[in-house]
Amino acid sequence: MLIRYTAALAALLLLGTAPFAQAADKPTDPQIAHIAYTAGVLDVEAAKQAIKKSKNKEVVDFAKDMIRDHEAVNVQALDLVKKLKVTPENNATSKALTKAAEEERAKLAKLKGAAFDKAYVDNEVAYHKQVDGALETLLIPSAQNAELKSLLETGLKIFQGHEQHAEHVAGMLK
Amino acid sequence: MPKRPLWIAMMLAVGIIPAQAETIRVTIDKLVFSPATVGAKVGDTIEWVNKDMFAHTATVKGGWEVMIPPKKSGSLTLKAAGPVDYFCRFHPNMKGRLVVAP
Ligand SMILES: [Cu+2]
Repeated sequence: MLIRYTAALAALLLLGTAPFAQAADKPTDPQIAHIAYTAGVLDVEAAKQAIKKSKNKEVVDFAKDMIRDHEAVNVQALDLVKKLKVTPENNATSKALTKAAEEERAKLAKLKGAAFDKAYVDNEVAYHKQVDGALETLLIPSAQNAELKSLLETGLKIFQGHEQHAEHVAGMLK
Repeated sequence: MPKRPLWIAMMLAVGIIPAQAETIRVTIDKLVFSPATVGAKVGDTIEWVNKDMFAHTATVKGGWEVMIPPKKSGSLTLKAAGPVDYFCRFHPNMKGRLVVAP
């Protein structure tokens, strides 16, 4: 029941406000690399805002965890594209993701204290869920290069872990 | 193999000298503890070897926690018997289990 609800919610996120819905065709490897890298960078930026604004230790620690992991994934991603001689290619999905994150950041900038903490952590849950869905249903199945696919699969486990971590922090804020 | 003095053999036989404590290795690769379930006994040491570029933990809810930095290892000497489930606090989807005999 819960699983079905979560899946339905993820599907809604994906179809509704999700930037991924705008991707028309199957993305190419250079586009996938760009999307995955961008998804990490955007979460790092959100975390930096949280570290600046939040006074809650759990929230700040969580944000630091996000920066550490996503920077580590992206170091691996950059190493891989260099090795494969692939140039990440900007695309509609990356642009839509970036735009959505900018809007969220502007919204969060107006909040303070507990209201900020809750909005940040709730958005982290939603954001990771959205990226999980995209990795599972679009990016991983579309990836042609085996090493890229493998890195995306590790990325998916990281994102799924963060989603659960964010849910745990959200539970503590209540 | 060197011959053991008789008194050691006798103490072993009556269980005065406990069995040799072992170090049991659990590898972490791509966010997976393997083996996921490990059998051990009190006094053994579990060593988690992290092959990932990510920091992980082995955490027991309401119990101990071992930090396992990227490309490093962390260890713990088992003090209590019983089965214990642990997870990674940073990535709660990572799960492992120790079955500790007395
Ligand atoms: Cu972990």
